Amino acid sequence: MIRNSASEMAAKLASGEITSVALTQAHLDQISAVDTDVHAFLHVDTQGALAQAAAIDAKRKSGEKLSPLAGVPLALKDVMTQKGIPTTCGSKILEGWRPPYDSTVVANLKKNDIVILGKTNMDEFAMGSSTENSAYGPTHNPWDLTRIPGGSGGGSAASLAAFEAPLAIGTDTGGSIRQPAAVTGTVGVKPTYGGVSRYGLVAFSSSLDQAGPCARTVLDAALLHEAIAGHDPKDSTSINAPVPAVVAAAKSGNVKGMKIGVVKELNGDGYQKGVRNRFEESLELLAAAGAEIVEVSAPNFEYALAAYYLIAPSECSSNLARFDAMRYGLRVGDIDGASAESVMNLTREVGFGREVKRRIILGTYALSSGYYDAYYGSAQKVRTLITQDFNKAFEIADVLVSPTCPTTAFKIGEKANDPLAMYLNDIATIPVNMAGIGGMSLPSGVAEEDGLPVGFQIMSPVMKDDRMYSVGAALEAALLSKWGAPLLSTIPALAGSK
Amino acid sequence: MSLTYDDVIAKYEPVLGLEVHVELNTKSKMFCGCSTIFGAEPNTQTCPVCLALPGALPTVNEKAIESTIKIGLALNCSIAPFSRFARKNYFYPDMPKNFQISQYDEPICVNGYVDVEIETDEGPKVFRIEVERVHMEEDTGKSLHVGGATGRIHGAEYSLLDYNRAGIPLVEIVTKIVPGTGKYAPEVARAYVAELRDILRSLGVSDVKMEQGSLRCDANVSLRLIGVDTLGTRSETKNVNSLRSVERAIRGEMIRHAELLNKGERVVQETRHFQEDTGLTRSGRSKEQAEDYRYFPEPDLVPVAPDAAWIEELRAALPERPSIHRKRLQEQWSVPDKEMSAMINADVLDVVEATVALGADPAKARGWWLGEISRIANEKDVAINDLAIAASDVAEIVALVNAGELTDKLARQVVEGVIAGEGKPAAVIAARGIKVVNDDSALMAAIERACAGQPETAQKVRDGHLPAAGALIGAIMKDTKGQADAAKVRSLLLAHLGQSEG
Repeated sequence: MIRNSASEMAAKLASGEITSVALTQAHLDQISAVDTDVHAFLHVDTQGALAQAAAIDAKRKSGEKLSPLAGVPLALKDVMTQKGIPTTCGSKILEGWRPPYDSTVVANLKKNDIVILGKTNMDEFAMGSSTENSAYGPTHNPWDLTRIPGGSGGGSAASLAAFEAPLAIGTDTGGSIRQPAAVTGTVGVKPTYGGVSRYGLVAFSSSLDQAGPCARTVLDAALLHEAIAGHDPKDSTSINAPVPAVVAAAKSGNVKGMKIGVVKELNGDGYQKGVRNRFEESLELLAAAGAEIVEVSAPNFEYALAAYYLIAPSECSSNLARFDAMRYGLRVGDIDGASAESVMNLTREVGFGREVKRRIILGTYALSSGYYDAYYGSAQKVRTLITQDFNKAFEIADVLVSPTCPTTAFKIGEKANDPLAMYLNDIATIPVNMAGIGGMSLPSGVAEEDGLPVGFQIMSPVMKDDRMYSVGAALEAALLSKWGAPLLSTIPALAGSK
Repeated sequence: MSLTYDDVIAKYEPVLGLEVHVELNTKSKMFCGCSTIFGAEPNTQTCPVCLALPGALPTVNEKAIESTIKIGLALNCSIAPFSRFARKNYFYPDMPKNFQISQYDEPICVNGYVDVEIETDEGPKVFRIEVERVHMEEDTGKSLHVGGATGRIHGAEYSLLDYNRAGIPLVEIVTKIVPGTGKYAPEVARAYVAELRDILRSLGVSDVKMEQGSLRCDANVSLRLIGVDTLGTRSETKNVNSLRSVERAIRGEMIRHAELLNKGERVVQETRHFQEDTGLTRSGRSKEQAEDYRYFPEPDLVPVAPDAAWIEELRAALPERPSIHRKRLQEQWSVPDKEMSAMINADVLDVVEATVALGADPAKARGWWLGEISRIANEKDVAINDLAIAASDVAEIVALVNAGELTDKLARQVVEGVIAGEGKPAAVIAARGIKVVNDDSALMAAIERACAGQPETAQKVRDGHLPAAGALIGAIMKDTKGQADAAKVRSLLLAHLGQSEG
């Protein structure tokens, strides 16, 4: 039952073949069985999930019309507030904090009767590409427990690959949905910036953060996308326009006559051989499905990473200033009449991890008077140039494609002391955030040299998210008929797994 | 060797810079839906947004934008077609986000001016104060430092934080530097703040209560030798909260600077705090090293881009400028300058105008508000506008007096009753049984009783000694509980005793 796709589960729930309580219990059992090894979850809300499932079953029994994913369980990245449920962002500084309010994403999930199983592990405050920066220990990649599941949303992606949940919520600031999807053989979508409300998403970098769906199939991602997206008056950067018809696009999967642009700069040197091979194969399959493959150039992408590491830390240095021990979370050193300042300093010293501190320091420096123009100001100019590159490319092509990341999952600990090597993981995903457009990663097979999953990235213009779902569904279908079974059916079994 | 003010201005020219913070009177806060009502229990007017809970996001209060644009227009500013919020980053426990959402290099209103007129040795003179910018920001919470001697954070045992004020919309109005006011600098500053206050009140965008802090002024002062172009070092006296204090603070700072400069010492660039009791300022925070607020555009808010047509609508709906309005009223009412100033100083001009609008004679209306009602306000030590009497009440009382249904004396009792909360004038009259005794037979009975009571006095009057009538009139008034019209009593009494007014 837990190996089905979310839409298959939804169909069985609708037909009465299974109940949400049984389905939820099955996932809770799987979590009990495998999560000691995987460590995808920071908090499992057994009681809450079962209660929610029972209520949904009761509604269904009473004949109430339910939403498409009603009764299907989901794993929530621990960066989203859920009323009364611990929300740590993978940080010690928020240990014990239970938000008094629901994020808009959570409100939408509840409205759609999607069962929330619990909160998933992540790099602290979403800063990282491996989930090794979690204050609560790393998540392990279900394909190979010695390897990273990507990051920052490694917990969400791993929960899908380990069949602990059929759906998950991620957030993507520089690739935190797509890169984990790529290295775990799952599907992850970063919608257009402003497509999904950020209200209740604990901010890392406000102008880049975007929540999105994680799933095992393109259609499942689309169904979840429609459930969580839409205008929210509580988020002034939320776009006031109808949600793109992503479910219809995922169902049709039609790419006939579509122009698919291969971004010249996001390939070649630095990309693992198996990654390049899977990418080429995918292009051939899309061409065979009726798409036209063209090459496009985005000359300013080479500055994207550098600009990103000025903008994101700058915004984070300000966003994380609120963690001052005054109103919530950790408080250290509040003894013997210690001053507020010393309590704040000690709390931040103890409460934040190394990567978070590194970025706060970088950002504080970049925003300093006298350096602002050279750093933050220049980075914003680069951002404009990257957006212009995308605009030009989208004049030629309907969507753009690239490998999602240069390599497959690396070993836990391998890059932990080399931030630059770690940052390079996101070289192909960051431009999408800089321009605020949509991006998807879906599995394109495994690399021959290590047998680990490879991701294929599709990028679509602002509020044309449906296009990436069309292309993703077409490629997924072509790959499925080539393989005969989903990629995840080949994942090695975990001890205790059902 | 303390200097006199005349010594200072003989040698130095003051240069001013004024920053006025105005709390807008919007119902909800700048970036969330919380109430802005003053004086609620601590931390009851808060939500995830104004407490800066993780994940919460600000959204802009459109009414606050409208109010700010109105202010900009009233101060002759250009309204930016595109302006942005920025984050001003610094740590302080009463600021929940540890940054303040403000506006930095792209404020909503720029380049305006306010003309103020003051009395100089050469007669009335207009000074133009140039306004550099008007921008929006949010207020911080309030800290209460408990223990320690001064109520300041240093030496306090602990501090309490109230976030009710956090996020209240503030507008900051910043002047360009103001040179050329010479010895009138303190008065010009006062007149400017007064004019701003009047303008803001006429716009209805703020309570402008300086004593409650809804309008507060930071006064920058520097001195330079007369004839010298370069600016001297300035001090910034923070949060001056009355018109009189603005004047006193600037005068005090001018003398303090001059004393330092005369001794060859330098003025320290710093903030100062005005002490109401001494009229002096004490040192605050040094500004020698510019604080680095790491401003950057607020990524959680989209830019403010007001529609040009809407701006024109707001411009067309602006009320008459208070200074022009006052001149017009003065002409209409034929009020001497002194009386006009008295009304302005007593803060009754608006209510007098409202009373006149309801039909009262301007002189009568003025008389009541400046006289009896002001007296009661002083007695109770409350602001006149906080008394429970409205323009409509006074207009009604004036009409009753005109109609002869109340005497002045009775009218005073009615005013007193209304203020005491006994209701509208009609209710007070009914409840207290106040009425003018017009009934001649009742009056005649009282007259007869009085004459019978004091036969000798009555005889004196009959004999033509009219001054003796006073004693009888007093007795009659007492008998009728003051409800009779004294003039009428006198004429009836004299007639009764066979006399008439000579």
